[in-house]
Amino acid sequence: MSRDARRLSLILLFAPFALWILLLIALPHLGILALSMREKVAPRVYEFGFGNYAEFITEPIYWNTLLRTGSMSLLVTFLALIIGFPIAYYIAKIAGKRARGALFLMCLIPLWVSDLIRAFGWILLLRESGVISRSLQWMGLTQSGIEFLYNDAAVIVGLVYTVILFMIVPLVSTLDGMGDDMIEAGYNLGGNSLTVLRRIIVPYAMPGIVAGCIVVFMMTAGSYLTPILLGGKNSSWFTEQIYNQFISRFNWEGGAAFGVLLLLFTSGVVWIGLRLSGQSLANTVARS
Amino acid sequence: MKSHALAAAVALTATGLATAGSAETLRLLTWGSYAPDALIEKFEEMYPDIEVEVTYSNNEEMIAKLRATGGAGFDLAQPSHDRIYAPQIEYEIYKPLDLTKINTGAMSKVHLDAVLENTTIDGEVYAVPHQWGTSGLMANTSLAPDVSGWGDLCDSQYAGKTSMRLRRTILLGTAFAMGEDPFAAYADLDAYQDLLDRVADELIECKANIKAYWQGGDDLSAMMLSGEIVASETWDSTAYKLYNENPDIVFIPPETGALTWIDTFVIPAKGQADDAAYKWINFVLDPENIKIMSASTGAIAAVPGGTELLPEDKRAAVSAAFSDEDIENLKFFANIPPGVEDMEGKTLEKIKAATGG
Repeated sequence: MSRDARRLSLILLFAPFALWILLLIALPHLGILALSMREKVAPRVYEFGFGNYAEFITEPIYWNTLLRTGSMSLLVTFLALIIGFPIAYYIAKIAGKRARGALFLMCLIPLWVSDLIRAFGWILLLRESGVISRSLQWMGLTQSGIEFLYNDAAVIVGLVYTVILFMIVPLVSTLDGMGDDMIEAGYNLGGNSLTVLRRIIVPYAMPGIVAGCIVVFMMTAGSYLTPILLGGKNSSWFTEQIYNQFISRFNWEGGAAFGVLLLLFTSGVVWIGLRLSGQSLANTVARS
Repeated sequence: MKSHALAAAVALTATGLATAGSAETLRLLTWGSYAPDALIEKFEEMYPDIEVEVTYSNNEEMIAKLRATGGAGFDLAQPSHDRIYAPQIEYEIYKPLDLTKINTGAMSKVHLDAVLENTTIDGEVYAVPHQWGTSGLMANTSLAPDVSGWGDLCDSQYAGKTSMRLRRTILLGTAFAMGEDPFAAYADLDAYQDLLDRVADELIECKANIKAYWQGGDDLSAMMLSGEIVASETWDSTAYKLYNENPDIVFIPPETGALTWIDTFVIPAKGQADDAAYKWINFVLDPENIKIMSASTGAIAAVPGGTELLPEDKRAAVSAAFSDEDIENLKFFANIPPGVEDMEGKTLEKIKAATGG
C-alpha cells in the first residue's frame, strides 16, 4: 500500500511536467512541422511536399532577413555580455551583502512593466520630438531636431535593454561561487588585472557566460515587438515575416516552414557556440 | 480512482453546459470601438437573457482566428466586405445569412448592394453592411498645402516628412496613381503580378522620401501632431480625430478616389447564437444606437443619411474633407480573389527589404 502510494505521488509529481512537455512543447512543434510540409495546390486542397522550404531557399529576401536577424542578435548578445559582465561582477564580488539585494532589485525593475511599455518608453526618448532630441536643441548643440528612432541602432539599444537581465542573473550566480582567494592567488603569482581577468575570472565564469549568451540570443532572435516598434523602414526582422505569412498572407504553411527554419537556425548557432567555447548544455543552462 | 476522476470531470462539463444553455451568450468578434459599453448595456437591458462578450481584433486576425477553429468560438464577426468571398471559398468559415431576419430596409442601398454583390456565393448571402469609411491621405495644410494624390507622398519637397502604412492599401493607391486599375487586373493574376512589380519599383524609389512606415493609429497620430511628418496615408477616422486637435490637419481624398471599405456583419460557420446575432444587427440599425456607435467608431453608418448621424465634430471633419464630387469618386475595395493576398504580401516584403534610403 505505502509502495503504491509512493508510486502514485511520484506519478502525480511528474505528471504536470510530462503534460507540459507533451501538450505545450512537443505536440505544437510536431503540428508546426506537419503544417510546414503541406503545399497548397488549390483552395482547400493540399499536398505533401517541401515547396515551402524551397520557397525560402530560392527567395533571397527571406534568407537575407534570417541572416540579418541572426547577425544582429549576435551583436546584441555580445553587447549584453560586455555591459552585463562588469555589472554582474560588481554585484557578485564587490558590493556588500545588503547592497546586493538592492542592486539586483534595480536590475529587475524594468521587467515589472511589459515589453510594450518599455518600447514606448524608448520611443518617447528617441523620437525627433522626443526627450533627447529636445534636450540637445535646448543646449544649443543642434538647430533642428534629430531623429534617433526608426533605425537599426535604436533596435539594438532597445533589445539590449530588454534582455540584459537574462545575462546578468546567470553571471552573478556563477561568479558568486568563485572564492576571492583565487583572485588573490592570481595577483600573488605576479599577474596584472588583465591577466587575472583573462586567465582566472573569465574561464571560471564560462558556464555562466555561455548560459547567458544562449538565453539572450534565443530571446533576441525570437523577439517581435521591439524590432517592429523601434525599427525603421529597412529594418526587417524574421519574426515579422513569420507574422506576415500567418496573418497578412493567410499562408500558414509558409509561416510554419519559417518557424521551423528559425528554430533550426538558432539551435545551429547555439550548437556552434557550445562547440567553440567547449561547454555543454548540461553545465551551462541546466546548471544555472 | 481513475473512474471517479472521470465522473467528476463529466459532471463538471455537464454543469458547465447547463449554465451556458440557460442564459445565452453573444460572442462578438469586432474592431476596437465597434462595441461601446453604452450600447452593450442598453442591449442587455433590452434582452436580459443575452450576455454580450466582445473580442477586439482586425481583418486579418479575425480571419486567422476563425480559420484556426473552422468558424467556432464566435457568434458574430465584422470583417470588411472584401474579406469574405475568398476566406469563405478557402476555409469555409462563415454561415449563410437569413436576410428575412435582418432589417435590410434600414440600410443604404448603395452599401447593401455593394456588399451583397461581393459576398453572395452560390446564391447564398454571407454579409450585410454595418459601417463604412475610407483610406486616403492626410496633410497638415499649413506645411504641405499641395497634397492631392497618392504620388505626392513621394514628392521630394516633403523628403523625410511623409509616412505610409506598408500594407495592401498603399499598393492599390499607388497603382491608381500610376493610372492603372488594380481591381480590374484581379481578373488576370499574371497581369496583376506585373502591375505589382511596377508598383514595388515605384514604392522602393519612394522609400528615401518616407520617414517611417506607421503601424497603427497611435504612432501615426503622434508623428502627425508633433509635426515630424506633414503628409501621410491614413484611415479617415484617424484624420478626423486629429482635425479636432489641429484644424490644419485634414483628410484628403486622393484625386484618383478614396479607397472605400465597408465593415460588415457575418455569422461564423459554427456560431451558436444566431438569433442573438440577428438581434444585435437589428439593434445597432436603430438611429439612436447608430449615434452612439458612430460617436465611438468615427465611421459612418451604412444607412441613408448616415453622415447626419455622426457627432457634430466628426461631421465638420467629414464636410471639410469631402465634396460631392469626392463622394461620387469613391472606389470600393473589390473582392480579393484567392491567392492575391499572398502575391501582395510578397511584394510588401520586397519593398520592406529593399535598401532604398
